[in-house]
Amino acid sequence: MLLTALLALLVVGIAAPAVAEEPDPNRVLLWHAYRGEERAALEQIIRQLHTESDVRVDLLAVPYEAFRQRLTAAIPRGNGPDLFIAPHEAVGEWSRGHLLEPLPYPNDLSPSAFLESTTDALTFDGQLWAMPLSFKSLALFINRDLVSGTPATLDELLAMGAGADVPLAYEAGNFYHHAALMHAFGARLFDADGAIAIDTDAMARSLALAGKLVADGAVPPESDGALVSNLFNSGATPFVINGPWFLGEIREDVRFAVAPLPSVTGGGPLRPFLTVEALYLAAQRRSSNEAVQSVARAIGGLQGSLVRAKQGRQTVPLRAAAADPVIADDPVLAAFVAQGAQAIATPNRPEMGAMWEPMNRALRRVLRGADPRVATAEAEQEVGFYLRPPPERAAPGPYLVLLGVVLLLGVGWSLRTLQTHRVMARLPAALPAYAYLLPAALGMTLVVFVPFLAGAAVSLFAHVGGEFTFVGLRNFGRILSSSEYGITHPLSFWFTLVVTVAWTLANVVLHVSIGLGLALLLRDPWMKLKGLYRVLLIVPWAVPNYITALIWKGMFNRQFGAVNAFLDLFGVEPVSWFSNFFTSFAANVATNTWLGFPFMMVVTLGALQAIPRDLLEAAEVDGANAWQRFRHVTLPLLKPALLPAVILGSVWTFNMFNIIYLVSAGEPDGSTEILISEAYKWAFTRQAQYGYASAYALLIFGILWMWGLLTQKLTGAQA
Amino acid sequence: MSRKNVDRRATWAGQWWRHLILIVVTFAALYPVLWVVKMALTPSDAFDLSANPIPTQVSLGNFSDLLDSTDMQGRKLFWYWVRNSVIVSLATTAVGITLSCSAAYAFSRFSFPGRSAGMGALLVTQMFPGVVMAIPLYILMDATGLLNSLTGLTLCYATTAIPFCVWMLKGYFDTIPKELEEAAIMDGASRWMIFTRIILPLSRPAIAVTALFSFMTAWNEFILAATFMADETSYTLPVALQRYVGDYSTQWGAFAAGAILVSMPVMALFFALQKNLVEGLTAGGVKG
Repeated sequence: MLLTALLALLVVGIAAPAVAEEPDPNRVLLWHAYRGEERAALEQIIRQLHTESDVRVDLLAVPYEAFRQRLTAAIPRGNGPDLFIAPHEAVGEWSRGHLLEPLPYPNDLSPSAFLESTTDALTFDGQLWAMPLSFKSLALFINRDLVSGTPATLDELLAMGAGADVPLAYEAGNFYHHAALMHAFGARLFDADGAIAIDTDAMARSLALAGKLVADGAVPPESDGALVSNLFNSGATPFVINGPWFLGEIREDVRFAVAPLPSVTGGGPLRPFLTVEALYLAAQRRSSNEAVQSVARAIGGLQGSLVRAKQGRQTVPLRAAAADPVIADDPVLAAFVAQGAQAIATPNRPEMGAMWEPMNRALRRVLRGADPRVATAEAEQEVGFYLRPPPERAAPGPYLVLLGVVLLLGVGWSLRTLQTHRVMARLPAALPAYAYLLPAALGMTLVVFVPFLAGAAVSLFAHVGGEFTFVGLRNFGRILSSSEYGITHPLSFWFTLVVTVAWTLANVVLHVSIGLGLALLLRDPWMKLKGLYRVLLIVPWAVPNYITALIWKGMFNRQFGAVNAFLDLFGVEPVSWFSNFFTSFAANVATNTWLGFPFMMVVTLGALQAIPRDLLEAAEVDGANAWQRFRHVTLPLLKPALLPAVILGSVWTFNMFNIIYLVSAGEPDGSTEILISEAYKWAFTRQAQYGYASAYALLIFGILWMWGLLTQKLTGAQA
Repeated sequence: MSRKNVDRRATWAGQWWRHLILIVVTFAALYPVLWVVKMALTPSDAFDLSANPIPTQVSLGNFSDLLDSTDMQGRKLFWYWVRNSVIVSLATTAVGITLSCSAAYAFSRFSFPGRSAGMGALLVTQMFPGVVMAIPLYILMDATGLLNSLTGLTLCYATTAIPFCVWMLKGYFDTIPKELEEAAIMDGASRWMIFTRIILPLSRPAIAVTALFSFMTAWNEFILAATFMADETSYTLPVALQRYVGDYSTQWGAFAAGAILVSMPVMALFFALQKNLVEGLTAGGVKG
């Protein structure tokens, strides 16, 4: 009955399509990823606009992690926003991908009203696409309780900070932060003609300096945002290089100042990347130009800019706002404005997306002691792998013939099976079984198989800048031949496959043995406190793994992590977990074991109930010891109920993307990536090569399929 | 003899070593979570990094950020999110369990053409990497008018959970002796009666496991919910939680507080279900 009610609900859901409303040209849907005070400022501006005009703005906060995917999925289908606020870096990718329309500036607010560097950042292919709203860059934060002066050079800074535990803290292993040093030495990622220029002396010198800062103990080697905040708030460091978002992380009782970054000896001033947040107009928008312009004026104009500066603490690029006391008399905002003038906009060409991963790797390699020039050469080579031209277009003719042949063979095979197994004769008797299966089968076909087939078809195409070209099986050829790099290179499919298999094996063995062990300890009715243990032990499964995985990453920090602190009790030297393949791999496995054993424990607890107690007692009476009872009674009886969980567990672990992404992030040098995380990278951080990523995913699927067949054979043989 | 043995094991002295192991494991399991609690209770994002997971300052400010979220119309968003999460998760559990029990029964008790292929197909769905599915799924939801509806989300989550549930339940059904059913058939019971009156009640442990699993599938998912839902009042809790993760920085305190709020109901549910985990087949009832 419940079933029918729910099916009815589904049908109603399907049968009541969204009523096609006449779009109201005065309604504007605006997507943003703001939170806290920035969001409050935006809402205040929109409320003000509502009192002054007929335009109605609907705000929707989309989480940052889903923002890009949602834009690319929604805009081409006509479900996108009218306007959205996002950083400038993707303007090249989005405009080439037909997601944008140039934003029509209001007459009284021309592009020249904004700082040129910010409108330049939003110009691509000779077109200004969006309106700059704010700019963000790193600057120097000084703890005024520790240091009174403002250093003009890096040497001065280090001298002033020499007495502290940590003279200077910044995210040394993050290329976004390193860019300030890179620019100080005159190095750039692209030369004047737009060609890639990573492997240069200037780049190597900047990396060498970063390496020296870490080697000298002036900067902590493994630092993320949380560690940097902590060092600053606890007074361990007088100097932090960080962006305006850091303001919210400083403890209220810390007296601090913000200043532009210092200069380096043998180079110029540190010039960080400039990120421009802008108002974009989405393709397929429904609102009128007039409505869009009045929203743009309200947010980007003088009044809106001042609200965002005052309430949202944003650094606004409107020239007319700079002289206003709200900004001029605010030392923090003024420092960020001064720094912004020295910053260099992150390149907005689509190729930039492929730079982060190789540059982060090169940087971390140097921090671990590698030769900077070798690192730059390798980074340039790696960028080359990501940016290589797609496979040649293939003629679809032969593939269509092949498809036809495969289909014919499939039909032939099905007919033969129908005959040999006398399916038609057995069908009437089987009808009730199909009735039980039908609801699940329908749902699975609609929501799982159909999207999968559509996604799989993409593997036959190459995707470049929003255009798909048919390339046949050439994506697969490239992956399997691993021709550009040797099979021992971390980018190689085969290398990653070996890592993935080892990862899966280690996890499944640990999950099952720990889960089973705990379940056996907790099954007996006379066991005291068993309910309490059970509930406490599922906690790792209950807390969202996004946050616990990051806690684990922090626990593996070399200097400050709990794991090294614990090992220290036994006199073990601190381990730099993420700079060696085996320790990094072990860190991933430890985290995932922690996350996964409660599930196995719960499954085993359930499965253990299928074993009649008398059977065990009988065995005991017959003189079987505990191990014999487990080996010959419990385990065989447990198998049918436990096996599905083990098989599925192995499949899930094989595709466990989150942990790799959040804990080791592939360190060192991408060697701890697994196949699924590589596939994600090809799709999302390496030039949106969807076809290649889809081919990767299909290969993963193929491997797992073979594994499934193997297990079915093994279990079938025993049945 | 056996009686006496059991009595000895039922005392603290007889089971101390079990408690020793369990205390060590429980500590290891809770240590990282204590950190989440510490982050949640420490005011602003200025928690200290030491091995000590006990908070030095305590404030509930981080919780209020999520609890007090309002939109421009002044609506208390938190209660919308809770409502949506509860509806979607319960509906997913109900749909998932219903469809899975029925399918698993067919796989366990009937012989029919396509049986092993069907089980294989379910396993295969777990092998589809999400990376190829996201955009086609979006287009499908859009085409069927299920975008921006809790029904659409429920459908997606339930189908994600079904394969595991079917495999798990089928494995469990297989351990239930066929003699019971044969006896019932002799007494004139229909297939449906056997399924609902004998098999399902006996399978409570497995149903409890799959219910928890289905609930969790829906309860913690955020990417699809963040992509499909068109209004902040139709978001689910994990989407709201994910807003604290930015491109440059994460509001750890608020994020941790939210994570704790999100995991409370799961633990409550487990607490409610765990009785069933250990009250399945009673030894006397189904001796073969």
